[in-house]
Amino acid sequence: MTSAQPLASPRINLTHRLTKTTSVVLLLLSSTLSHVYASTLGDIKEKGYVTCGVSQSLPGFSYIEKDGKWSGLDVDFCKALATGIFNDSAKVRYSPLSAKERFTALQSGEIDVLSRNTTWTASRDTSLGVHFAGVMYYDGQGFMVRKDLGVNSALELDGATLCTNTGTTTELNMSDYFRANNMQYKPVVFEKYDEVLAAYEAGRCDVLSTDQSGLFSQRIRLKDANAHKILPEIISKEPLGPAVRQGDDQWFNIVKWTLYALLEAEELNITKKSLMLKKLPTKPKERRFLGYDGNIGENLGLSNAWARQIIQTLGNYGEIYEKNIGKHSRLNIPRNHNNLWTQGGLHYAPPFR
Amino acid sequence: MLIKQTTKLRAWLYQALFIIGIIGICWLLIDTLLGNLAHQGIVTGLDFLDNNAGFGVIFSLIDYNESDSYGRVFFVGLLNTLLVAGLGIVFSTILGFLLGIARLSHNFLARNIASAYIGLFRNVPLLLHLFFWYFAVLQPLPGPKQSLHVADALFLNNRGLYIPTLIDNANTTIWQYTIGISLIIIMLFLISANKRKSSATSSAKSSNISDNKISEKTNTKKGTLLLLFICVCTLLSIFVGSPYDLNTPVFGRFNFSGGTVIIPELIALVLALSLYTAAYIAEIVRAGIESVPNGQKEAANSLGLSPSDSLRFVIIPQALRLIIPPLTNQYLNLTKNSSLAAAIAYPDLVSIFAGTVLNQTGQAVEIIGITMLVYLSISIAISLIMSLYEKKSRWNQ
Amino acid sequence: MSKAINTTIIPLKYCIQWMYKNLFSSPIDCVITLSLCLFITWFFPPLLDWFILQATFIGEGSEQCTNDGACWIFVREFLPQFIFGFYPEESRWRLVTAVIIAILFIGIQIVFKKKYLKILTPTLIASYPIIAFILLYGGAFGLDIIETHQWGGLFLTLVIAIVGIAGAFPLGVALALGRQSNLPIIRAFCRLFIELWRGVPLITVLFMASVMLPLFLPQGLDIDKLLRVLICIMLFASAYLAEVIRGGIQSIPSGQQEAATALGLSYWHTTRYIILPQALQHVIPGIVNTFIGLFKDTTLVLIVGLFDFLGIVQAAATNPKWLGHAIEGYIFAAFVFWCFCFSMSRFSRHLEQRSHLKAKPTTHPT
Repeated sequence: MTSAQPLASPRINLTHRLTKTTSVVLLLLSSTLSHVYASTLGDIKEKGYVTCGVSQSLPGFSYIEKDGKWSGLDVDFCKALATGIFNDSAKVRYSPLSAKERFTALQSGEIDVLSRNTTWTASRDTSLGVHFAGVMYYDGQGFMVRKDLGVNSALELDGATLCTNTGTTTELNMSDYFRANNMQYKPVVFEKYDEVLAAYEAGRCDVLSTDQSGLFSQRIRLKDANAHKILPEIISKEPLGPAVRQGDDQWFNIVKWTLYALLEAEELNITKKSLMLKKLPTKPKERRFLGYDGNIGENLGLSNAWARQIIQTLGNYGEIYEKNIGKHSRLNIPRNHNNLWTQGGLHYAPPFR
Repeated sequence: MLIKQTTKLRAWLYQALFIIGIIGICWLLIDTLLGNLAHQGIVTGLDFLDNNAGFGVIFSLIDYNESDSYGRVFFVGLLNTLLVAGLGIVFSTILGFLLGIARLSHNFLARNIASAYIGLFRNVPLLLHLFFWYFAVLQPLPGPKQSLHVADALFLNNRGLYIPTLIDNANTTIWQYTIGISLIIIMLFLISANKRKSSATSSAKSSNISDNKISEKTNTKKGTLLLLFICVCTLLSIFVGSPYDLNTPVFGRFNFSGGTVIIPELIALVLALSLYTAAYIAEIVRAGIESVPNGQKEAANSLGLSPSDSLRFVIIPQALRLIIPPLTNQYLNLTKNSSLAAAIAYPDLVSIFAGTVLNQTGQAVEIIGITMLVYLSISIAISLIMSLYEKKSRWNQ
Repeated sequence: MSKAINTTIIPLKYCIQWMYKNLFSSPIDCVITLSLCLFITWFFPPLLDWFILQATFIGEGSEQCTNDGACWIFVREFLPQFIFGFYPEESRWRLVTAVIIAILFIGIQIVFKKKYLKILTPTLIASYPIIAFILLYGGAFGLDIIETHQWGGLFLTLVIAIVGIAGAFPLGVALALGRQSNLPIIRAFCRLFIELWRGVPLITVLFMASVMLPLFLPQGLDIDKLLRVLICIMLFASAYLAEVIRGGIQSIPSGQQEAATALGLSYWHTTRYIILPQALQHVIPGIVNTFIGLFKDTTLVLIVGLFDFLGIVQAAATNPKWLGHAIEGYIFAAFVFWCFCFSMSRFSRHLEQRSHLKAKPTTHPT
């Protein structure tokens, strides 16, 4: 390479340009990269939509219809948030997440709220940097088997192969349950519900294990739903609820109280229909809740009419429940624990005052 | 002279600035990261590796149960990845060479089937191969109750291939000791025989004793040793009994238990990886063989070598020089592609470590970092081994 | 009479000769031929049965697929979704327009004379991304914004692959030049960068893009998920491209560079007008091959939750009304991918042969 020396000087040009660009980039970065933690609500208002992490396909909870629209219980909660903020339930952007991705997506700010049948646990609250805003659905893990196996109880499952989702509490509960009862099992874990279901249908495993709501929801997707049965045992507590990132109390409050608003409306017997009548409420409780008195909404950073807007567009918790997973749906899951406390269930909203 | 020096100086100055720029960007990114992590209360550090995993893994080469740590899960995943990569490399190489040679065969059918195979398999994404083979493996296999079986020891069903394993019994230690000791004795004999041989050959050169005679002598000695060894074994089996018990799979209520099971996910993954990569290897082999000048084949023919001999001793060794570098690339690709295992629930590194463990701990940065590092090291290791092999084969020529 | 015999016998004789030469020239050959024949008769009839003879082509719902063979109604039913994803139906003309404009631009390249192309080509290349972006995403000229989360199907696969390779190209060239630079630190950095990206699986890179990258960015700086994936794919592809381009640069005889330097051309001029044009022409087949690889690899984005072509096929196969038709979907996807990749690889081979033909008369034995 005799040409190396004479070429050296033009080559500096390259470095020169590189350094120039680098310094420009650096300057740009340092101007934007100050540790400013903007408020989530402010961000959302600026963007004009709520980014909501949902499940990939779980009929009744979050499911993408053929026309590309989302529906389900978890999806309706996202809509409730959007309605509270914008008075427009369409201002949501759904981000379908696998169980594996969900927390990182929330931590990283890719989504504003995680409404994806996620179990509230101590370790998730303390080490993942998330806050659970409450319980949307009280669930517990169960098992589904083929009827022709002749199994009547989960305690007969020694030696069975179980299909489930990866990165869920299900995986851990299963292991706890089988160890506690001195039983052997083989776990086959998939990323998506679809894959779990396909593997179960193909006979890769004897048992499908997930939250009971999930079992009901998956069963209707099987070719012959009646050939499968859900075992009576519930082996865990699975309070499923929406979660937000830590570090923004205002947003946490909004999510929490949106959930309570749905419950409170049912308790006060305020429905979509009753609001359509446009009769001004007279009871102080109702007046406060609907924003005619006091300023709960404004204190949250929203308008005082937020709760009214939500119920007007989506209905109260009971209505949402029955529409998506209850009586008016193919799933037909009885309410049981998911009734209000006044009806013998577990749902209880703190007072709106 | 002065100009030259200033240009040199400037070159270094700009490089230094470049480095500072890069470090600056990295520092900014890391600073933001740490800020974000602290702000959101996400745990950092590698302490999680000691925590109890608490979930089961369907297939593991080392002992593993739910009470082991995340660190152990990491090794389970790593070994599973290496297993798939190793099996894939072996099978894809065999199939690839066969196909590559078939592609150049003068047999019309073989040539065209090989080229159709290559055209079909190279142009479809690996993920599709994977889904397809998983389905194709799982679908035709019967349920556990209707298992296909060979001699009530080998069972095949849609839960996998069940094979018997050996387990230690009371006699195992005696066997191990006796065999060990006799092997040591044989080794000692051989070493001393070798020494005598080498000293004998050196003396033979002066005293004209033929080499053949000495090697004959050592050969008969080796024969006696082998005979003795067999005698020891038979004696042991007569007086002590078999060294291992056979652990055959037995049907329980749902599945077989006992023995070892090769899960369908592993079979599908190895199938997909090797069938896909073989198509690439075939093309590499073809190009390598085509690059050997025709004169070489003709020379081999005129020397009276049969076509297969000329392929083995003349063509392939020369083609190998051109084949090895791209072949290395294919091995690297195969190893990296094995990370798709997650799509069909085979518990490899990405699936259980960057999947399940990541989810249970939420420490994305550490876990993805470790995973990437592992793949990088595997890649570097394969490159090193192949370049060593290449060097060795060059040196031999 | 004799004429007629001749015309029938000669082909027959030729046929036997051909068979002897190509199928039964040695005992081993006979064995191979016969076993392959057996394989074909065992393998193909059931396939043919399933694909065509027993398959259902016409009908409306999955209930009409009563035959044993494939149910192609499934593919037909979901075809618009496979191609366009969840892109709103009333806006799909925009995608079609974008494709038509692309074909038009390529047509211009072929039809016009070289003289005009000198100005035309750069303007077209520069304007197309802008036109395409406005058409696909909207937000200008009264077109509605269509968020990237609604993008999907074959369209998304093409966007990812094309944007990935086009975006990777400049970086790939820079890295290739950097690796050849005689400034040690830059050389080392480029080498490290290339090896790093080439050493890790794409799936970890995608995962990094979808969930880890945002942690490195200040809060409030929200980058679209698709964009993040695209950036990471570009970085990934640039490392592979850099190696391809480096091969091209190295293949150029050093005399070229020396001659350019002797003429007093600067480094940039030498690179721009002498080295790169030759090097890039040499490596076009390599670039096409990298593109094919990337095109196939885009299927992995379904793992990070983007509905690319394969992702949509998978999602459609889990539609409760159409359960059990996944295999038809996969085969259709495989067929589409095969068509794209096979034609591209043919194209690359054609270019390779053409460059060989071109190169031969000019290269001198050294």
